[in-house]
Amino acid sequence: MARALINVPPKAKRGEVIEIKTLISHEIESGFRPDSVGKLVPRDIITLFVATYNGQEIFRADLHPAIAANPFISFFTVATESGKIEFKWTGDNGFSQTETAAITVE
Amino acid sequence: MTGRRVAASPCRVSCRVLSRAFVLAALVIANSFTSGAEIPLAQRQSGYEFMTRETRAMQDDDTTNPGMLWVLDGEALWSRKAGEAGKSCADCHGDAPANMKGVAARYPAFNAARNRPINLEQRVNLCRTEQQKAAPLAFESKDMLALTAFIGRQSRGMPIADPMNDRTRPFIEAGRDMFFRRQGQINLSCAQCHDDNWGGKLAGVPIPQGHATGYPLYRLEWQAMGSLQRRLRNCLTGMRAESFPLGADDYVDLEIFLMWRARGMPVETPAVRP
Amino acid sequence: MTHADQSPSTTRRSVLIDAARIAGGALLVTALPGSGSATPAAMLGAMKKVMGEAPLRKGKVKLELPPLIENGNSVTMVVSVESPMTAEDYVKAIHVFNEKNPQPNVISAHIGPRAGRAAMTARIRLADSQKVIAVAEMSDGSFWSDETEVIVTLAACLEVL
Repeated sequence: MARALINVPPKAKRGEVIEIKTLISHEIESGFRPDSVGKLVPRDIITLFVATYNGQEIFRADLHPAIAANPFISFFTVATESGKIEFKWTGDNGFSQTETAAITVE
Repeated sequence: MTGRRVAASPCRVSCRVLSRAFVLAALVIANSFTSGAEIPLAQRQSGYEFMTRETRAMQDDDTTNPGMLWVLDGEALWSRKAGEAGKSCADCHGDAPANMKGVAARYPAFNAARNRPINLEQRVNLCRTEQQKAAPLAFESKDMLALTAFIGRQSRGMPIADPMNDRTRPFIEAGRDMFFRRQGQINLSCAQCHDDNWGGKLAGVPIPQGHATGYPLYRLEWQAMGSLQRRLRNCLTGMRAESFPLGADDYVDLEIFLMWRARGMPVETPAVRP
Repeated sequence: MTHADQSPSTTRRSVLIDAARIAGGALLVTALPGSGSATPAAMLGAMKKVMGEAPLRKGKVKLELPPLIENGNSVTMVVSVESPMTAEDYVKAIHVFNEKNPQPNVISAHIGPRAGRAAMTARIRLADSQKVIAVAEMSDGSFWSDETEVIVTLAACLEVL
């Protein structure tokens, strides 16, 4: 399980635009680096990041090797209702990780 | 020594550029008097001051600092029972934020049993082997970096304690000798860059003063967390000098000298550096 | 690169974009693994894949990258797009391309009116001093862009330490 750090405001007003910050531990091996004997280290990256808010997709990003290691991605969403925001990262070699954060909207 | 390559050091493009620049720098510096002039206390600046605004912003915000990923792992490890004794760090030390304040700020510290200073990693391993009856953690391993980052985080903002006393003095002097010693293929000392030429540029990169205020830190070059010893090995390799195995006493002597050199400066762990 | 039409706009970018449209897929150059560098043509090919025949307009998008990058391994990039983000008028996606990394795509972020604000931050790798282009795909099918030239003093993607 990779370590992830999610930042979602725990409380927001209905209709407020909030910023969500995500950070996950992953080497994002680009596949373009030669090792010490000159052989290319095989690609191992996160390819997709999806955020859903009470089941509805609010952000989806296709990632490429140009994303830095330990990817940081932040984006915005409208606080519509209380509930759960779920984050899912998937990638090469069957990598898959899900994190959730709760939000209270008044 | 000519033509001899430092073992296990794949030379990056930047190393070769740095080497050429170092040779040029050495030629310029070679005939100037190296006074061993140390930076006046009031003029000391952390590597933070030499970074771009964006890299500083990465360090300043705990929600975006990649080093925090290791701190969080360390927090989890702190409570995990380990070894034959089945004890966790928390079982002896309690709550880290309450009880570990100031600890990282006073390491390396003199250890009576070993009759010499030891650094925080070695202290962690003493606890592992003697108290938890567990295998020591490998230097630079994920768990070791996580624990030392977590412990270091508890000292963030606190001034680095002055390690000088009668027992540590000979080791600080040994570290100081190493800092001023010309070594390697380019016959360069640490002081020539970090005392005499800080603020200048080497291959387009600013030369910092070399204060170890934020270790372990997330280095953009490594794309990972690393200890002070890892950085020292990078330096020695860049100087085309012989580096030591991780955990060597020579490093700890240099570490305690660097802490003395940075005494009073605030701890920044987990720092971010380019 | 030249093209037959006498276009009033002769900026290098518009000439290249027009040339890309005329030449179609022929400009797509595959970067070989380990070769270490794609080309501006590969970037145009990647953009054409996303945009099809639609013209690329400059504006509405703000791409923020530090002009001098001290380490290409991790560069903070902010992209923001002017848009009311209503159900009738919103940003569908933000695509970022580069011209000198081993391959031209960086990230494609799909959003919608629920975003409230069309902006995102990501940390990216830049292998060399180069041009980076951010393209916003709008709900009405139009494409808008901003580009920046950056200087990278230490490269990413190339060798293991």
